[in-house]
Amino acid sequence: MRIELKEIRKYFGAVKANDGINLVFEGGKIYGLLGENGAGKSTLMKILSGYQPPDGGQIYLDDQPVRFKSPSQALRHGVGMLYQDPLDFPPLRVLENYLLGRDARLVPNVGKARKELQELMDRYGFTVDLNANIDSLSLGERQQLELIRLLAGGAQVLILDEPTTGISAEQKDLLFGSIRRLTHDEGKTLILVSHKLDEVQELCDHAYVLRRGKLVGETCVPCPTENLVEMMFGQLLPRSSRPEFVYRPPETVDLVGAKLPLGDQAPPAALKPVVELQHVTLATYHLTVSDINLAVQPGEVYGLAGLEGSGQRLLVQACAGLLHPEQGKLLLAGQDASRWSYHKMQAAGVSYLAAGRLEEGLVAGLSLKEHVVLSLPRHDFMVDWKSAEKITAQRIETYQIVGRPELTVESLSGGNQQRLLFGLLNAPLKLVLLEHPTRGLDVRSAEYIWQLLYKRREAGTAILFMSADLDEIVERSDRIVVFSGGKMSRVVEANKTSVDELGHLIGGQV
Amino acid sequence: MKLRKWIQVTWPLAPIVAALLVTSLILILFQTSPKDALAAMIEGSFKDTAKVLQVLAFLVPLLLAASGLLVTFTAGLWNIGVEGQIIIGAIMASWVALKIDLPAPLQITLEILAAMAGGALWAALVAVLKTRGGVNEIFSGLALNNLAIILTNYLISGPWQPPEGGTFRGTQPFAENALLPLLGESRFSPLSLGIALLAFALVVVALRGTFWGLKLKALGKNPRSAFLLGVSSEREVIFALMFCGALAGLGGAVRVLSWFDSLRQSISGGIGFLALLVVMLASFQVYWVPPIAAFFSIVLMGSTTLHIRTGLHPSLGGILTGVMVLFVLLFGDYGKLFTRRKKIPSPVKEDDAHG
Repeated sequence: MRIELKEIRKYFGAVKANDGINLVFEGGKIYGLLGENGAGKSTLMKILSGYQPPDGGQIYLDDQPVRFKSPSQALRHGVGMLYQDPLDFPPLRVLENYLLGRDARLVPNVGKARKELQELMDRYGFTVDLNANIDSLSLGERQQLELIRLLAGGAQVLILDEPTTGISAEQKDLLFGSIRRLTHDEGKTLILVSHKLDEVQELCDHAYVLRRGKLVGETCVPCPTENLVEMMFGQLLPRSSRPEFVYRPPETVDLVGAKLPLGDQAPPAALKPVVELQHVTLATYHLTVSDINLAVQPGEVYGLAGLEGSGQRLLVQACAGLLHPEQGKLLLAGQDASRWSYHKMQAAGVSYLAAGRLEEGLVAGLSLKEHVVLSLPRHDFMVDWKSAEKITAQRIETYQIVGRPELTVESLSGGNQQRLLFGLLNAPLKLVLLEHPTRGLDVRSAEYIWQLLYKRREAGTAILFMSADLDEIVERSDRIVVFSGGKMSRVVEANKTSVDELGHLIGGQV
Repeated sequence: MKLRKWIQVTWPLAPIVAALLVTSLILILFQTSPKDALAAMIEGSFKDTAKVLQVLAFLVPLLLAASGLLVTFTAGLWNIGVEGQIIIGAIMASWVALKIDLPAPLQITLEILAAMAGGALWAALVAVLKTRGGVNEIFSGLALNNLAIILTNYLISGPWQPPEGGTFRGTQPFAENALLPLLGESRFSPLSLGIALLAFALVVVALRGTFWGLKLKALGKNPRSAFLLGVSSEREVIFALMFCGALAGLGGAVRVLSWFDSLRQSISGGIGFLALLVVMLASFQVYWVPPIAAFFSIVLMGSTTLHIRTGLHPSLGGILTGVMVLFVLLFGDYGKLFTRRKKIPSPVKEDDAHG
């Protein structure tokens, strides 16, 4: 089936997720859709699969204009999408899960469905126990079932969103084998949304690259990886004038004299790292990151790069005390803090700002003033609302928040919510952990937030942040580590790296 | 804006009005004039001092339990177990009344303290099951309610049965010095009303003025953010439930020491569930709780007279309150009803599928 996308547009407020994209997908071929986070690939694929409507533009299937209202309508037209998190029903058995989308009769025809499912499984070499419960399966097996479900639903076009995240190497080989068979032998169209350059090189026939909502290039694959990296990340902008800074405890400043530019000299050896990870293994249901070794010095800005879900968030959560290491040691200012709770970490001077502002950070329904009271380190039994009002007014001014102390936080704009979160940080802090500190902020607000963070370094506060914006990471960090599919790269000095090197690391090529 | 605010404040009245209309319809179906029924009901509650005092006597434990529930609801907890906490309070007060003999002021203080401790500990079970065992407070609350009823029945028919032999009715009446001082011939103790109003005032101050109240509010609205802001959810959940349990237990003491004079089989008579309805009807707005509790007391006491007058079953009061709850669920919380459609813009959404 031939798909043509014409002038697809989708805006989220001021963000142009898709800004007039034109693409063609032919039958019998495997396409790679590449781009960094926020490039617009997921948005585009959600539009194509009927998950959300476009603001403008037209989709053609075999030259027929179509408009999908829902994913099931898209599937009836032959377009199916395999999401990163499978859309199945964990409490059900494999066969029940399959029946749910297929059989509309009062009493389902179990025998027929079992035969059908088994045939499809055999055809693509999948071996999953049909009587098993979904939640006992691995992510890879659930993915196989979803794929089968889409094929049984008549999918001619398959969209796979980051299909190899969290599955084993054998499952990956099996998946790739079936993908080749589906396309090259059976003539189906396959679109692989990915950031893993190796996989795109290995599997795809053709690649499209998106950046900031626009198609910026296309190429036949395989091709030199440099070409893909350059298309994905563009040319690195010249470094901005980030204040060079090396923290020294107050008594050593006189001895050492003037501040030295970063990189010429390592921090004084006597300084203990704020946080140190020794052979740490972090694990969740989806992802295991092993053997993390890292030492963050006081006053240092550490950037964590990588596509979302690659493991950098686990590191941030481990430093916050939200995820305890399976193995290894986490030292906070020399003390073993591997088993410390979040609140103990907090009391020890670690602050964590999560990505979801109204989900993990602010409480909708509570006023700015109430938030400030909650965040203060010391409390009396009765709240002194008058002085709380004063403190809040001060914070509002310092952090340039557009709002009043008695307003509830959900009435603030996203940028102002973010500023409030920074306004809730107390001093002194040993370590600030940030997830996407400037996501959704305009350039000026982002700059302001960073000026505030830089000021904190002077008191020895270290900053560990993850961001999807590679420019931000290169621009703001002293040192950088890259995560790719659960692996941590070597530590890179920010002023000695290039966006090209980082691009390769993000793509999993060390 | 002013109109909006006005609607928001008077919103709890809407389901009451709707429920009155539906109940009137039911009455018409039974060929009774709603006007007569209303008159009978009002007469049953206000005809003479005795009737008014009876309403007040019924109101006190209801107000105590509802005040406690304001705290748990603020913390986002469904303390269904409040009924059992009332019963345990009644049992503890009865235990002191039966086994200890002291001068009245000491005796009553001891009874009240025992009742509050009993209710608080019964609630602490719910809290620990929730925080340590991950058991939803609704399920453990229901189980503990039944356990409390079974315990009452056992005590009445077993160890605490009257000397003349066991009946399922209740224990023998407590001694005079163990009972709350009553007003005249009524079952109303002014002291208990004073305590209830004090408890309500305490709850208002705790929720509005203290740091604890603020923490509960944050916890109730968004546990995850509250945790990240430094609120220890486990400790606050336990405190909130025990606070509610203590007030409910106190309500149970009032039931045995003034409404009855002994431990009876259905000592609470569903006052805990009624208190849940009161707080839900008030949409968790603190100042609506006393008037709504009073309204419920009036309706339920008035239904008895309604029965004598019109021959309608006294459960009509129950029907009225039940219908009201349905309407509360239907009308919902004013705030939610009108803000649901107002979408909060969040800047970048496109990559939500990752991560």
